[in-house]
Amino acid sequence: MKEQNHFHNPLIQTNVFRRRVVVVTAIVLLLAVILFARLVYLQVYKNHYYSTASHDNSINLDPIAPPRGLIYDRNGRILAENIPVYSLDIIPDKTTDMDVTVKALQNLLDISDDDVMRFYQQLKQKHQFDEIPLKIKLTQQQVAKFYVNQFRYPGAKVTARLIRYYPYKSDMVDMLGYVGRINDSDTKRIEDPSNYAASNYIGKLGIERYFESRLHGTVGYQQIETNAAGQAVRTLQSIAPIPGDDIYLTIDSALQEVAVQAMKKYRGSIVAMDPRNGDILAMVSNPSYDPNLFVRGISNKQYNALRDSPNQPLFNRAIRGQYPLGSVIKPILALEGISSGVVTAKSRIFDPGYFQINEASRIYRNWRPKGQGWMNARSAISQSCDTYFYWLSLKLGIDRISNVMRDFGFGQRTGIQIREELPGLVPSPAVKLARTGTRWYSGDTLNTSIGQGLTLSTPLQLAVATSIIANRGVYYKANLVKDIRTPDGKILDVPPRLGTKINMPEKAWKPIIAGMVDVISAAKGTGYRFGDPAYTVAAKTGTAQLFDVGANEVYKTEDVTERLRDNSMFMAFAPVKHPKIVLAVAIQNNPQAAAIARKVMDYYLLKQKHLFDKNGA
Amino acid sequence: MNKIDKRNFLEQWFPSYKIGHHHLSLWERIHIDLPLLIGLLLIIIAGLLVLFSAASEDVLIVVRQMVRFGLAFGVMFVVAQISPSRLKLWAPWLYGIAVALLLAVLVIGYTGKGAQRWLNLGLFRFQPSELMKLALPMMIAWYMSDRQLPPKASSLALAGVILFVPVAFILKQPDLGTAIMVAVAGFGVLLFAGIGWRWLISGAVIIAAAAPVAWHFLHSYQRGRVLTFLNPERDPLGSGYHIIQSKIAIGSGGFLGKGWLNGTQSHLNFLPEHSTDFIYSVLGEEFGLLGGFILLSLYLLVTIRCFYIAYHAQDNFSRLLAGSLGFTFFVSVFVNIGMVSGILPVVGLPLPLFSYGGTSVVTLMASFGILMSISTHRKLIAT
Repeated sequence: MKEQNHFHNPLIQTNVFRRRVVVVTAIVLLLAVILFARLVYLQVYKNHYYSTASHDNSINLDPIAPPRGLIYDRNGRILAENIPVYSLDIIPDKTTDMDVTVKALQNLLDISDDDVMRFYQQLKQKHQFDEIPLKIKLTQQQVAKFYVNQFRYPGAKVTARLIRYYPYKSDMVDMLGYVGRINDSDTKRIEDPSNYAASNYIGKLGIERYFESRLHGTVGYQQIETNAAGQAVRTLQSIAPIPGDDIYLTIDSALQEVAVQAMKKYRGSIVAMDPRNGDILAMVSNPSYDPNLFVRGISNKQYNALRDSPNQPLFNRAIRGQYPLGSVIKPILALEGISSGVVTAKSRIFDPGYFQINEASRIYRNWRPKGQGWMNARSAISQSCDTYFYWLSLKLGIDRISNVMRDFGFGQRTGIQIREELPGLVPSPAVKLARTGTRWYSGDTLNTSIGQGLTLSTPLQLAVATSIIANRGVYYKANLVKDIRTPDGKILDVPPRLGTKINMPEKAWKPIIAGMVDVISAAKGTGYRFGDPAYTVAAKTGTAQLFDVGANEVYKTEDVTERLRDNSMFMAFAPVKHPKIVLAVAIQNNPQAAAIARKVMDYYLLKQKHLFDKNGA
Repeated sequence: MNKIDKRNFLEQWFPSYKIGHHHLSLWERIHIDLPLLIGLLLIIIAGLLVLFSAASEDVLIVVRQMVRFGLAFGVMFVVAQISPSRLKLWAPWLYGIAVALLLAVLVIGYTGKGAQRWLNLGLFRFQPSELMKLALPMMIAWYMSDRQLPPKASSLALAGVILFVPVAFILKQPDLGTAIMVAVAGFGVLLFAGIGWRWLISGAVIIAAAAPVAWHFLHSYQRGRVLTFLNPERDPLGSGYHIIQSKIAIGSGGFLGKGWLNGTQSHLNFLPEHSTDFIYSVLGEEFGLLGGFILLSLYLLVTIRCFYIAYHAQDNFSRLLAGSLGFTFFVSVFVNIGMVSGILPVVGLPLPLFSYGGTSVVTLMASFGILMSISTHRKLIAT
């Protein structure tokens, strides 16, 4: 110590120390500058970035689903509505003993083990403050029972949600379609995904799909401040959702019900149309299915049963059922024959019961093997003489036949407001070559003349063509929508859409329509199944063979299994002078088309008189 | 109280007053360094304001913090009355006791939050490592004060041992943050003692070389903190969450901040530990760069006042101790703000005079007591 003290020089030491104080002060200042620079970097340079991050942290934009627009029939009866369903939800945060609560609720409300299992699965995935559904659809009794006992279960509550409901169930599904949960393929067709931020459902088929953008409405938003745990602290502002537009269909639900009843026992379709504007009044495909199943989520078992049923309930026959037309094509060919001048109304041919193209050709049978004697256009229609039309078709040639069929709307979509419709098929040499790779023979023309061969039409197309005949050439396209009403009270009328008018002379219309009247009223008319109505009707029957009968064989109904029996087709309009309704009927494997049409027409023309007054004429 | 009474009172309680240093102010006679006191009070008031916001406007927490500061000011005041020469006398004893207590902690200490840091003294729990924050710089200053300055290698080596033993004990607890600060306090003495730059540089090289070895001894949560510091996005919802949210809080504050009580990061609980270690982030969010600048300036003023006191201290012990305490104070500010702003790893150190919490406040105010003592116990020495 002593020696060291010897070296002590207070002055030097003080200087060393004071120099160090200066140096350390400089170091401290440098550190302060580093900190400050860092703060400048974060708070000035990166301020925007971190402000956004902070905002994203705490501000949640919660979308609110808009109420879907409603669908009504032409008289304001509701066809698609939003009804509240009650679900039992549990908030884990507020529940003291989860297992005890769930067990008690299960006993109280008789909840299935499946529901409980699903609940526990969700419990693992969701937040503590989320509402987790224990039972999705409660009955009124369950709701009542729960409310009486609610005080025992502090974390449980009944929540009402709006769900689409179709009160007519299977009766209207062929127009309406249905909504279902949005799946992957649906998301691809959503143009504005943000508008669907809160939506769980989307139109899958029919009107629900076609008018999806109008029915859906505009999403609303709630700006919510949330804390780190994700709980909403307060609502900052909200923009109310705008409900979707309401759609009024041209459908007359009373007529639809009658048509459904008339079709009950049959597979097939019936389409009723107003020829004065193209309004579809009824459209039935039977058998059908309840769309409400699809809204709530159909089970695989239920879906497979529908899909695999031999009766094809999912098959919308009115717009997708492509049937051979059979004899209902005949009035159009006769019209074209007279109008083009190939024949006149008086041109006639003797029917021995068969037709030959030339002496060497095979025999083309008339449906009545004994033959029907002398036939002109009118009688050939009323008695549906095949021989006359074999003869006529050779005079017309396939090109004229194809063209006139297209003019009457066959072979192309009608443009009805349902996306799923199919176009049918008009036969032509080109079509045959493409389909079968073989060229067109005269025999094909003959087959076409009786609506067989390649000809395919939907019942809806047949209704449109019938309407053109009823209107003597004026072509109204099929229309399913009367008007659209926006939430702010505007009514957007859907005007009738006209197709290209078919210009044919009165000398063509007159005998053909007379022939169609004879179908019902003449002694030998083929429409005997229609009976004797209290109004004038023009009609044409048809039978489409599904079973190929050999040239020299005789077809016997009892030999053919039920599903291979002939389809019956029927077209009609009434009253004849001022037609108010057009019907097209296709009944699979059963001849009753005309009888079914009678029930529908009687109802419309006899029991619903007030409607005509309303609509004017 | 009339003038005579007042004088008698002061002479009775403050001997220096009686000695007759009539040129000394009242504050100096009660051993309070006024500029330092004002600086401390300004920081503490600002801290209480921010704490009120950080504690979700819970007045009780602010009151509790005020009580704590009140007690700590009492400790400061008492320590300020102890003359530096007496402190020097006590230094080796204090150091010895502190080392013994640290050893006791390792043997019988109370475990909290996974680390053994406390001794349960019945009434309260005591953290010996806090005592070491003062005892170590005092000990090294005591040791250095009689050596040749700048120090020779041999005295540096012994100082190194004095430093290493308690730091190793604290690391063992494990408490990396406190260990670092204790080491900084000891190192501060050497820095002011004029340790050669050669030594500093070679020391830095040795530390850099030892880093992989140290890595081996780090606890997994400490390794995690280092890794997270290097890349917070490594684990954004786990250990990186703190620092990411803290940077968001500070960065979103911008130039003027979101306003007092309007910080969403802290009020909505996105920012963890917002009343303790991460309280600066609350200030940054609510008062912006301007608030940060003002607070940094206050810290600098206090630090520079400490250096001023050291500069004018009259013996080596006082100088070295004062300088080291000021240096340690600022380093702890730097480490905390550096850590919440993402330029240093999260080591779990409070922001001095700001963070809500216990023992460290008392230790800190005791160190300011020492500084005030050094500042006010100057003798007039003729050269």
